[in-house]
Amino acid sequence: MSSTRQRSLLAGLGFTSLWIIGLGLFTAFPVAASLYYSFCDYSILKEPVWIGLENYQQLWRDDLFWRSLRNTLFYAALSVPLGTLVALALAMLLNQDVRGKAFFRVAFYLPSIVPVVASVMLWTWIFNGQFGLLNYALAPLLAPFGLEPPLWLSDPTWAKPALVVMSLWGVGNAMVIYLAGLQNVPKHLYEAADIDGATAWQRFRHVTLPMLAPVIYFNVIMAIIGSLQVFTQAFILAAAAGGGDGTGGSPARSTLFYTIYLFSTAFYDLKMGYASAMAYVLFVLIAGLTWAATRLTRRHVEDAA
Amino acid sequence: MSRPPRPRSVRPAVGRTVLYLTLVGVMLIFLMPFIWLLVTSLKPVEQAMSLPPSFVPRAHYATIEGQRREVIREYELAAPGAVVAWTAGPRQGRREALPLAAAATAVASGQATELYRVDAGWWRVTARPAPGDDGALPWAIVPPEDLTTTIAPRWSNYPEALERMGGEPAPPDSPAAASRVGFHRFVANTLLVCVLGVIGTIFSNAIVAYGFARLQWRGRDAFFALTLATMMVPFPVLMVPLYGVFKSLGLIGTLTPLWLPAFFGSAFNIFLMRQFFRTIPEELSEAARIDGCSEWRIFWRIILPLSKPVLATAGVFHFLYAWNDFMGPLLFLTRKEDYTLSLALQNYQSQHGGVQWHYLMAASAVTIIPIIILFFFAQRTFIQGIATTGSKA
Repeated sequence: MSSTRQRSLLAGLGFTSLWIIGLGLFTAFPVAASLYYSFCDYSILKEPVWIGLENYQQLWRDDLFWRSLRNTLFYAALSVPLGTLVALALAMLLNQDVRGKAFFRVAFYLPSIVPVVASVMLWTWIFNGQFGLLNYALAPLLAPFGLEPPLWLSDPTWAKPALVVMSLWGVGNAMVIYLAGLQNVPKHLYEAADIDGATAWQRFRHVTLPMLAPVIYFNVIMAIIGSLQVFTQAFILAAAAGGGDGTGGSPARSTLFYTIYLFSTAFYDLKMGYASAMAYVLFVLIAGLTWAATRLTRRHVEDAA
Repeated sequence: MSRPPRPRSVRPAVGRTVLYLTLVGVMLIFLMPFIWLLVTSLKPVEQAMSLPPSFVPRAHYATIEGQRREVIREYELAAPGAVVAWTAGPRQGRREALPLAAAATAVASGQATELYRVDAGWWRVTARPAPGDDGALPWAIVPPEDLTTTIAPRWSNYPEALERMGGEPAPPDSPAAASRVGFHRFVANTLLVCVLGVIGTIFSNAIVAYGFARLQWRGRDAFFALTLATMMVPFPVLMVPLYGVFKSLGLIGTLTPLWLPAFFGSAFNIFLMRQFFRTIPEELSEAARIDGCSEWRIFWRIILPLSKPVLATAGVFHFLYAWNDFMGPLLFLTRKEDYTLSLALQNYQSQHGGVQWHYLMAASAVTIIPIIILFFFAQRTFIQGIATTGSKA
């Protein structure tokens, strides 16, 4: 190796040295350590003891594990598509030639920067079964059908949908990204479509969607990763309902999400080996879904092209 | 092709009306929670929890025992009656509102005297607690014309809520008072974590991104690919060992784990800044190299000053992240005096959430308002930052 190349290597490593330490200490070591712990009996108080696949076998038989997984997948299956649709719809509304676009954009974006804790407080109040604004508005609409609005966050059936509604309030971030993507679609494509006599739907299907596909792909992946790790909202709800540590998944374990169960296993039950096995299952799940989403979009993009 | 001719001027006009109506409707849905938050935070508690909900915080005044004062409206009388004072018997010394017949019986028995007659549609009111009140609060039943109402936001909810976030009010010298934490501590902790984190984020990521964007070296691209791959790792995978790392460093129960990692770069920000640095013309660096500038000088004197927009984006987003973070503080903090605002708010809610909605909304507003102010100062940075990160990825 020539001395110039050696010097440039040293310079490169020098500039990235902080990240080399950071990556090692805060990512690489934890990734490796939790893989090791997942095969161990480990509480932070004692040294880990190798037990092979026992944690994973126990997970297979753990009802709460399956329930938390089901709850999480249910939440993700509702919140990711709905969030994408709402964000995309809002972006397309704003992409019309409207006056006051900046103002509307701020209104749709602001909720997404509200601290999660505060937004949960606020929505708990809105969803309140007795004095909540939502049920006050819904009751007269449902009354003609002989229906009563649910108690939302206190009702095991409706707690997860309520959390999904809460998450839809925060779609502003994705909306801004889609709006930027829409503005990058070359105008001449639409003009060409118009000349060919395309309907609005055809223009969306054959121009907008293919041009936006990479952006949608990126956002859907991020949304999946985020929704599978849903934690704070449910933790706060459960803590308020139980007056306790927030890991009960109240009401009736309907909001016992994967990360909540993992957190309580690790830090309240101090079963850190078991929690690490859970973390790795989640890791594999996320990697698998990302892979599947990549496959799907690739085919879709090719179809559309 | 024979399409029925459409009146051209009508359809676009209808379309635009529908478009604007939709936009305004959706905007109201998005803004309503904020409005409701503010309205609730400015109401007295019994108005927060009354039906039908009202969008205006009010104050009611009435004359009680000859004194004009602020009152709580309790209920409207459905039937006439009388207020009597018991002069004997088990309820001696107390006043009571009775239906007419019952009042007449009581007076006839000699145990009570009638004070005044009340009619259907009159309001029972109780004085709102004021400083200097001790014991039972005075009440009265007043005719509607005596009851006046003004629009009166209760700003005092805010200081009261913030005081309660640190613990219930307690007499000084009591053990409860000793365990209280001033609200300013939560603000100071949060700001410390945010500001140190922002400084760390800006400098560490800029230095590292320079290495990836502007230098040629063996293994750079593979290392960068690895860096991007770490973005896929979910936080729960890191959580347990990270706790162990900070525990062995003796940093559990301190604020350090919340800002220290920012000084060692993060994959996302490295990516963001690298993208920006690559757009700066290479000729600038070449010219400086010919003049004998070191790489560090080129970075510090040429690249950094040209990169203010991306530094601002990374800084603003880290501030937002650190301000809003809940899981980090939950994981690493143990004592109340170290709590950040998010954790303090959650802690307060888990103890008093079900009843003190007005205080809870006031405390929530206090954690939201600084973020909204930040947004309005850095609006372009926010919007452009998200737009570029999302669509370049």
